[in-house]
Amino acid sequence: MAVPILKQGPFLIATIQAALTDTDVLKLQDDVMAQVTRHRSRGIIVDVTALDVMDSFVSRSLQGIARMTQLRGATTVIVGIQPEVAFAMVQLGMAFEDVLTALDLEEGLALLTRPRKETVDGGG
Amino acid sequence: MADEPASVIAIESDADVVTARQQARAMASQLDLSSTDQTLLATAISEVARNITAYAVRGEVLLSVIQDDGGRRGIQVIARDDGPGIENVELAMQDGYTSGTGLGLGLPGARRLVHQFEIQTAPGRGTTVTLVMWERESARAA
Repeated sequence: MAVPILKQGPFLIATIQAALTDTDVLKLQDDVMAQVTRHRSRGIIVDVTALDVMDSFVSRSLQGIARMTQLRGATTVIVGIQPEVAFAMVQLGMAFEDVLTALDLEEGLALLTRPRKETVDGGG
Repeated sequence: MADEPASVIAIESDADVVTARQQARAMASQLDLSSTDQTLLATAISEVARNITAYAVRGEVLLSVIQDDGGRRGIQVIARDDGPGIENVELAMQDGYTSGTGLGLGLPGARRLVHQFEIQTAPGRGTTVTLVMWERESARAA
């Protein structure tokens, strides 16, 4: 099932609607990169609220999106990781250390519209 | 200890991986496993079932409800294939080790997610991974 990607000003919003197969995840990666390039987007939000499982493949692919878009000068924020999913990710060993996250879409947008240096340099 | 498996899911594509973990979650919710344990189990199944599609091409996932001597119930997951098997299991169970393109979190990660984890494999003789997630003690009182 394809993930719809909406353009909102300088940002892209990809909202995952249902469980993703590995093929869907790879397509999402490709689609985000294509759209970031086409629209010269500055920020990307990937909303994973609907995901009840984020295994190592999905986590690694989202991390990949964050890194690839960063090389294009854009910032990716993953929003809506469910509490149980967060628990499982940590047990699994997916720390997501270099990926920006926010509670929900609204917080994610706030993070993207904040001055740049505050958002990128977390933790160093 | 297990009866007939309640469900057998053939694993041949990435869509089957999703089916397997969704069926397991449905079974787990009938058993009153907490929503966290359901998620942990579903995630572990995703990891071991993906190993089937990645390394063995095809295999199957068997789901059963089992009981221990004290009457506690749990979900048993058997993921098995007739693929190439694993030469060095100790190595494969180490975080970060991978013979493929993954992160090497699959097997060691899955082991951390469930209550019981067992792997039987030998080169050329396939791989069988057995996972168990037990219901909480408090769930039995109900």
